[in-house]
Amino acid sequence: MARLPTSLDALSEEFGPHPSHEPAGGWLPIGEPDRVVKTHCCFCGQQCGLQLKVKNEKVVGFEPWEEFPFNRGKLCPKGVKRYLQDEHRDRLRTPLERADGVGFRPVAWDPALDRVAAEMRRIQQTYGADAFALLTGASLTNERAYLVGKFARVALRTANIDYNGRLCMVSAAAASKKVLGIDRAANPWSDIPKADVILIAGANIGECAPITTDYIWQARERGAKIIVLDPRMTPIARTVDLFIPVKPGGDIGVFNGMLHVMIERGWIDRAFIAAHTTGWEALAEAIKRYPPSRAAEIAGVPAPMIVRAAELWGPARTSFLLHARGIEHHSKGVENCMAAINLVVATGRIGREGCGYAMVTGQGNGQGGREQGQKCDQLPGGRDIENPEHRRHIADVWGVPEHSIPHKGLSAVPILEAIHEGRIKGLLLLCFNPMVSLPDQSFIRAALEELEFFCVIDFFLSETAQHADLVLPTALMEEDEGTTTNVEGRVIHHRRVVAPPTGIREDWRILCDLAQRLDAGQHFRYRSPAEIFAELRRASRGGVSDYYGITWERIDREGGVFWPCPSPEHPGTPRLYEGARFGHPDGKAHFQAVDWRPAAEEPDAEYPIILTTGRVVAHYLSGTQTRRIGGLVDQTPEPYCEIHPRLAEQLGVRDGEMVRVESRRGAVTVRALVVRTIRPDTVFVPYHWPGERAANRATIRALDPVSNIPEYKICAVRVTPA
Amino acid sequence: MSELHFFIDYARCIGCQACVQACQECDTHRGVSMIHLETIERHDSVQTAPQVCMHCEDPICARVCPADAIKQTPDGVTQSSLKPRCIGCSNCVLACPFGVPKYYGRIDQMMKCDYCYDRTSTGKRPMCATVCPSQALAFTTREEIERTRAGVAINEWWFGGERVRTKVFVVVPAKTRSLGVGLVQIHKKAALGARDDVAALLEEGA
Repeated sequence: MARLPTSLDALSEEFGPHPSHEPAGGWLPIGEPDRVVKTHCCFCGQQCGLQLKVKNEKVVGFEPWEEFPFNRGKLCPKGVKRYLQDEHRDRLRTPLERADGVGFRPVAWDPALDRVAAEMRRIQQTYGADAFALLTGASLTNERAYLVGKFARVALRTANIDYNGRLCMVSAAAASKKVLGIDRAANPWSDIPKADVILIAGANIGECAPITTDYIWQARERGAKIIVLDPRMTPIARTVDLFIPVKPGGDIGVFNGMLHVMIERGWIDRAFIAAHTTGWEALAEAIKRYPPSRAAEIAGVPAPMIVRAAELWGPARTSFLLHARGIEHHSKGVENCMAAINLVVATGRIGREGCGYAMVTGQGNGQGGREQGQKCDQLPGGRDIENPEHRRHIADVWGVPEHSIPHKGLSAVPILEAIHEGRIKGLLLLCFNPMVSLPDQSFIRAALEELEFFCVIDFFLSETAQHADLVLPTALMEEDEGTTTNVEGRVIHHRRVVAPPTGIREDWRILCDLAQRLDAGQHFRYRSPAEIFAELRRASRGGVSDYYGITWERIDREGGVFWPCPSPEHPGTPRLYEGARFGHPDGKAHFQAVDWRPAAEEPDAEYPIILTTGRVVAHYLSGTQTRRIGGLVDQTPEPYCEIHPRLAEQLGVRDGEMVRVESRRGAVTVRALVVRTIRPDTVFVPYHWPGERAANRATIRALDPVSNIPEYKICAVRVTPA
Repeated sequence: MSELHFFIDYARCIGCQACVQACQECDTHRGVSMIHLETIERHDSVQTAPQVCMHCEDPICARVCPADAIKQTPDGVTQSSLKPRCIGCSNCVLACPFGVPKYYGRIDQMMKCDYCYDRTSTGKRPMCATVCPSQALAFTTREEIERTRAGVAINEWWFGGERVRTKVFVVVPAKTRSLGVGLVQIHKKAALGARDDVAALLEEGA
């Protein structure tokens, strides 16, 4: 039963989102705070250092943390205003049980947890162990991500656990692993300013990774050439040397076309290719099919742009590739990334100062969250759940028989599909808001309505939690302690700044309490997140993402530690692939030949326009947190539709008026923003809002076959004045 | 260490509003942001420009104040109006060549960027320049700016025939000595470069 228990208006009245405009105690001068605690922003993969001011055990303000080496005090508006969640009136302060016709009714912790455990048992006994699933998030700390993976495999013994990193990092992860052998940014950010040419593909740096802007501008001041691929002229794209307004889905045209020109003009490193790579012949053969004329047709841009890109990238002495969701959110997301990484390896410019590559991971713990075993196919340490040796290692750490660990389960969207089909009957969800973030919203809602039991752990009543049978209130990042791993692979320490409000339990306590009730308590006897981290270190030992040598004390002392760090004496590994030693067993990079193919749904006569979706700087992911922070809501109060004046004129759409953006799956009605900064064949709507304002009503539930990332960046729509 | 100065480098601005949000957090005017972030013309471009008080050496706002309510500190920082003196006439609002002072009706007083005086006078950097993720706003030494930026930092402006020197510097293309700000014909639409229009870029090529 996952229909709303009462009207949306009644729920919104009680639980928000209400934008909070003032900190605890109002806007009075703070004076001298009782303490100032060094911690990090929770609102993107960069994990900028900052300090929170505490007075009378309440977070009352912030102060930049200028010594933290990654951001040196710099923050985006989300980092500045993140502290306004702490004393928020919408915070859940007690477990809540749905009461049909009423909404939600408070319930004590013990009966609430008893009920969750009883429903888990009932569903698993009736329908099988895998009929109860977990959906989790990449904003969890490493400790929580580790614990929830262990909870699924040891306490629930379900194969079906996956996380919302499936909507974010998985294409980049799979591509990195296939070509280079390791899923991590290859370089620390300090290499970016040292590059002579920077290729930014599908990454709206200024809005989605604002701190990275300074690194790029430092390179530009030195004379570096910068190339940007994006269907929209983003703040970074506006002033770069070469802006390629690529058609959504046309990226492979640019990458393969560039490599075609580079091969023709001798701008590849043949000695490096011979010594350190495999697969070059097959790639070179495939690239013959991409002369600039054909490449340009695929990319939807003039051929000279692609040639110019090759001329900038090809002969450079040092270079850096950055890519993000713009090329990853596709049903060919992995292939897009591999085609881009081929450009790095073909020039041999990797594993050296100023030479390398990074995916711009988006979620708070986007990097660490994908290493600790909350993915459906993975065990801690980035281990493979189907590899017998990997399974044995983890079984030993967990003190369980190897055969008791489930095998590979379903990924996030297929879990929702299995719920829709009635194969999965129960769901525990934390740190995930699919009622904003998943594509094809009407399908997702219908799926949630099929559940027999649905429990959500969250700090606010998210749009997804509105559908739950039971909601458990949890702690914010600053009310718990733990580590995350930033965009560079640097493991950092989130300190507990204040205690959670009365009535709230931290995620790890809730999971341990549930494990106890599922008769698995002996495997979950943690007294603190520090004890979970100690076990995580052992579990990751010998794996790809080896944290064994990392301690919280070292992190504090050294400004973070980069994995792999196999021993306490090991300095950590800021730059991967030094000496051209790649992550595959043969030590080589493996080129992957990639051919372009169309998107799952290309525009046609009926739906003639491409819809692409993305983020704005003021909001984080599904907006559960940022749509409750007044200053951020004021900055971007609602979604809008960017549309080029030529298209607007054809469609009879005027700036500032409402338009209906409609696909075969659903429609969203938003205000038109008529701008010359977008391709005339494409419209853009940011996705952070729910319900009538959800861009994901229109997007398509088409997945990349390897990574299972949804194709958020392309679907076919028609646009009409509303 | 050399003296720290304030620099604005408009070409770096990404319009993220971190400065606007952080300015609100300054203890002397908590909850009210004093910095102006101008979106130049969103329909034509994503260009934005941050504007702090330039802290003129001879502040025009103070000169035109009939109530003598605007004071400059010995270290050259022009403060918001003094509450007992300000009569809310808005002469300063009209006179400032940079459009910085604003009259707040609720408190019947002019307030403006005060160089984060509570912070800068105690050795801290201003909120906006500390957080600015693109470092379009920077608070550092002249040597550091010369070492790390392709442009040059200048603080001399010409408004028609009048020269204005400011405490705050702007980073401009090398070889520029001063900035001339002439009269603008507001009814004439500025010619758009092909570079600003994605459709034109697609037609014309690289």
